[in-house]
Amino acid sequence: MTSTTARRLPRPLSMIGWSAVIALGTFALAAIALNRGESIDAMWFIVAAVCVYALGYRFYSAFLAAKVLALDPTRATPSERFSDGRDFMPTNRWIVFGHHFAAIAGPGPLIGPTLAAQFGYLPGTLWILIGAVLGGCVQDFVALFCSIRRDGRSLGQMARDELGPIGGAVALIGVMAIMIILIAVLGLVVVNAMRNSPWATSTVAATIPIAVLIGLFMRHLRPGRVLEGTAIGVVLLLAAVFGGGWIDDHPTLRSWFDYDAPALALMVMLYGFAAAVLPVWLLLAPRDYLSTFMKIGTIVALAIAIVILNPQVQMPALTQFIDGTGPIFGGNVFPFVFITIACGAISGFHSLIASGTTPKLLANERDARFIGYGAMAMESFVAVMAMVAACVLEPGVYFAINSPAGVVGAQAADAVATISSWGYPVTVERMETLASEMGETTLFARTGGAPSLAVGMASIFSSAFGNTLLSVWYHFAIMFEALFILTTVDAGTRVARFMLQDLLGNVVPALGRTSWYPSVLICSALVVAGWGYFLYFGTIDPLGGINSLWPLFGIANQMLAAIALCVATTVLVKSGRARFAWVTGLPLVWLVTVTSVAAWEKLFSPDLRVGFLSHANDLAAQLASGSMTDAAAAQAPRLIFNDRLDAALTLFFLVTVWVLIVETVRICHAALSGRRCPPLAETPHVPTRLVEAER
Amino acid sequence: MIATLRRVWACLRELTGDDAYERYLAHWRLQHAAKGGVPLDRAAFVREEQQRKWEGVRRCC
Repeated sequence: MTSTTARRLPRPLSMIGWSAVIALGTFALAAIALNRGESIDAMWFIVAAVCVYALGYRFYSAFLAAKVLALDPTRATPSERFSDGRDFMPTNRWIVFGHHFAAIAGPGPLIGPTLAAQFGYLPGTLWILIGAVLGGCVQDFVALFCSIRRDGRSLGQMARDELGPIGGAVALIGVMAIMIILIAVLGLVVVNAMRNSPWATSTVAATIPIAVLIGLFMRHLRPGRVLEGTAIGVVLLLAAVFGGGWIDDHPTLRSWFDYDAPALALMVMLYGFAAAVLPVWLLLAPRDYLSTFMKIGTIVALAIAIVILNPQVQMPALTQFIDGTGPIFGGNVFPFVFITIACGAISGFHSLIASGTTPKLLANERDARFIGYGAMAMESFVAVMAMVAACVLEPGVYFAINSPAGVVGAQAADAVATISSWGYPVTVERMETLASEMGETTLFARTGGAPSLAVGMASIFSSAFGNTLLSVWYHFAIMFEALFILTTVDAGTRVARFMLQDLLGNVVPALGRTSWYPSVLICSALVVAGWGYFLYFGTIDPLGGINSLWPLFGIANQMLAAIALCVATTVLVKSGRARFAWVTGLPLVWLVTVTSVAAWEKLFSPDLRVGFLSHANDLAAQLASGSMTDAAAAQAPRLIFNDRLDAALTLFFLVTVWVLIVETVRICHAALSGRRCPPLAETPHVPTRLVEAER
Repeated sequence: MIATLRRVWACLRELTGDDAYERYLAHWRLQHAAKGGVPLDRAAFVREEQQRKWEGVRRCC
């Protein structure tokens, strides 16, 4: 992995080895891209991905480390200079890698590829691989590097230092906005997975008391014994999965956990509020331990299962939906595949982690390559596995699970007829058998990606580890997704609350006191109301909510990536490395193009399923002409308002990105032509005194 | 073999933060013991640490 291991081999041998990797990778990619048969081995995806990451890491990241960033191992890192035994602490690179990976990898890389599979496996897979190696990994690496050279400062602070107050303000507002949209859409994914499913709902509900129990255990009985607490928690979680099956079979008990989507949305909001105002040790921290453990465990198990089992990918390379008529979300393959898959290819959110806790732990600047570039390659690999898990389903089944009732019809017979007419045969019996195997009443229109991923994972797991207990595997997968989605909901609400308190504190100083309880309650309620609004309206939207919310999330996340890349490009230009500015500049240009085109289409496309405004106008026209049913007419004004709100938000994102781009160009131009601009905020070189013991 | 297992265990503890208090004590002895005073006890350390840990962005999407 490291340059030292490469050097151990004699040069010719190393060259032969890497040539073999290039040949194998090319062959695997060709097999994936050119396959026009019925199905293809999942192994090719794994081989192609591993080769691409290995080459990207070995050559491109080495170039970045040596030439572009000029990592300096003799320079003391913030962890050494400010060592306080807590925040700042020189830490073994593998441990930092583990922390960093656990922090960046959330539900995003699992959901995005699942949704993007509607275009066929090829566009998504290529974007995940290329986007990660040339974009996402670079962004994480450079953001981490910039933060290390600036005492571990956050992205917002760096934007302010390097780009001036406008850049700083844009970054802060961008982070708030993405947080709100992110939580809403993730909440919707969980709600859709639990909708009218007593088994899923009771299992997910059980994770709350389990977390509280572990919280109490680690607070009062065995303070700080993380491993003991986690072990007990995992056992209890598994018991909850089995217990859910028992509740599902019980005629009275099951009715206690049987809710429709709007009711579940309200419960998730209540939960999010509670999690944001309760002390962290009681709910948030123990839930995070459990979720991290389950996350790593499940990802490893999935990788092993795919490698052992080598399932057949049944989805075609390309579907007819690349023309924008797809049922899961509307829009052409360009730009929407690049918006739908953010996490796994390039995710702006990572720059917050790479400029948050991680830079305060790095013992040596040289490790930034392994941690920044390497961890993102690993997350990208998770996205490839999610793509495989979605594509091993028969395409008919995949579309039946993921298409909203508003598109394919609410009745099972209508849905299968529509989907079969697209050339993806599926029958009502097939769906009913599958649903009963998974322990669900129905799998039609379970939008959001979680249920179809769970069906894919359940099929892979059950054939790898014994062909029984499909329903238990399915609900295990649902529980695992819900567990870390809810962790993001908790943690995100809390962070957004702090930001809001910070922001409002400028106007009303009392609200800025993070420990003043009325302020905690007010600001938490405001944040929950913000994402809760989008979540609730997502659940009553006939097109399923995901159709409008997921692209908004993608645009917001890519916008954050654009902010990080703006800062990085400015830093490169100001530090006299303008000839390498393309390293971050090209991904930036690409992202801005993709985000702007997507935002433009979401605003002004005449296609009702793409353009927010045309959809709103269409509803308004129908309402005015009186052609709607009473129920639809009652709902229409809210949907119209919602569309216009989504449009306003999209416009806001678009304007924000362009303001920042203009600022970046202005500052870079000033720096290059020797005019006045904010100076490079890099801290001066201090030699390291750490002896490298563990290398 | 035993040595390897021991290392894996130590690594797991560090990765999960199970040994955070031990590491804090080691740091305290090295950096602060000379100035006198007493280090935090385990429960107090865990209390303070958890609260502090969740003030910023810790988890991503």
